Amino acid sequence: MAGQSDPQLSLFSAEEVEFIAEDEMVEIVPNLRMDALNFVCGDFGPFFPQLATQVPLWLAVALKKRGKCTIRPPQWMSVEKLTQVLEAERDSQRVFEQLPFHYVEISRLLFDHARDDIPDVYMVRSLIEDIRDVRFHKVETNLESLNERAFALKINNLSAMEVNIVRPFVGRALQAFYKHDSPDLIPDQDRVSDRRPQVANNATRRHLRR
Amino acid sequence: MASEAGEGSTAGMDDYETLISTTDVELLKRAWRNEKAAPEILRFETSLIQRIRGQIQLMEENIEEFAGSGIDPLTVSLYQMDLDRTQYLFRSYLRIRLQKIEKYMFHISKNPEVQSRLSEQEKGFARRCADDMERHLEESVLSKLPDNYQDIVKQSIISEESDMIPEPQLDSFVVCKSRRFLGPFQLDGSDELLEMKPDELCIIHYKSIRERVQEGDIDLV
Repeated sequence: MAGQSDPQLSLFSAEEVEFIAEDEMVEIVPNLRMDALNFVCGDFGPFFPQLATQVPLWLAVALKKRGKCTIRPPQWMSVEKLTQVLEAERDSQRVFEQLPFHYVEISRLLFDHARDDIPDVYMVRSLIEDIRDVRFHKVETNLESLNERAFALKINNLSAMEVNIVRPFVGRALQAFYKHDSPDLIPDQDRVSDRRPQVANNATRRHLRR
Repeated sequence: MASEAGEGSTAGMDDYETLISTTDVELLKRAWRNEKAAPEILRFETSLIQRIRGQIQLMEENIEEFAGSGIDPLTVSLYQMDLDRTQYLFRSYLRIRLQKIEKYMFHISKNPEVQSRLSEQEKGFARRCADDMERHLEESVLSKLPDNYQDIVKQSIISEESDMIPEPQLDSFVVCKSRRFLGPFQLDGSDELLEMKPDELCIIHYKSIRERVQEGDIDLV
């Protein structure tokens, strides 16, 4: 049944984000011969043993579960690449590294179903968890610096899962700023002393990161 | 079986190529995401839904044939998975629209522009919803209130406009991505201009990008 996720928590549930991620293409090496598959969502195959081919992630996981293929982990999921990304993430306060939009979901699905196809899987897993932590911490600190009415916020290189987690908070925070910081509101003279001094933040008015 | 959205005759050259290479399921996914993320109800994709419905039916028939004709069960189960995924998108798209209609039924019945975005069946549903709700409220509550407060959409007869109708919050913030370079355009409610590069995430007032979402330049995430 196509049930609806609770819009109070977030517009998309985690499962729905994973559903979207499952359409990403990955490379598999089948170990069987199969005719072409003419799905509603596209045509794939034909499949020959030992001949690598690109299929959507959901199909790869389904075939892997039945022991019909091995999955080649994507380029970015190697220990070297991930270590580079982690270093870069730690070095910078405001910049997010370029990672595939669905890196969290893809890596999770591959860990759950294709652990034996990933070289150094424990290392890769711990690197990805560290990257997630560093990035999320960065998101939190950058959000703390939101202190005035912004009309638009640009965040580069955030991933789908991170966007989904942060969305309800940012949406409501920006909404509250918009409502309460409106220049139409008459400032209450008696309460002037309550206001924190506004830091002159000219350049960062529209951009979360430069 | 993956038919393409082939009505590209009026679009520019590279738009044409994108149309040719985008499957209906991809379009449905995009429509579903936009519908889920948007605070108001968007225009009904009549031709897309019709095509998808046809494809789903065809696929269902095929799977029945396969199951009977001894094609290996692995293939059948994979086809079934694909069908399930497509059906999920299809049903979820229709349901999210119904949810919005239920939420804003009075707003829709008073607003012909919004009505034009619904399909025929949805219009019927909206009408019945509004009628039923009106009758229910009158019978259970309104007829028992003092005379001046019995209207279903006005707080009291001294209200100038219908002030009890919930309306979609068009100035809520949404996360979006542009599909191509968007030259500087004015943000709603301010003098600032904003430009967007493709694939750049932006959190912005829904009002400012409303038309572009309808035109397909911006996708909500």
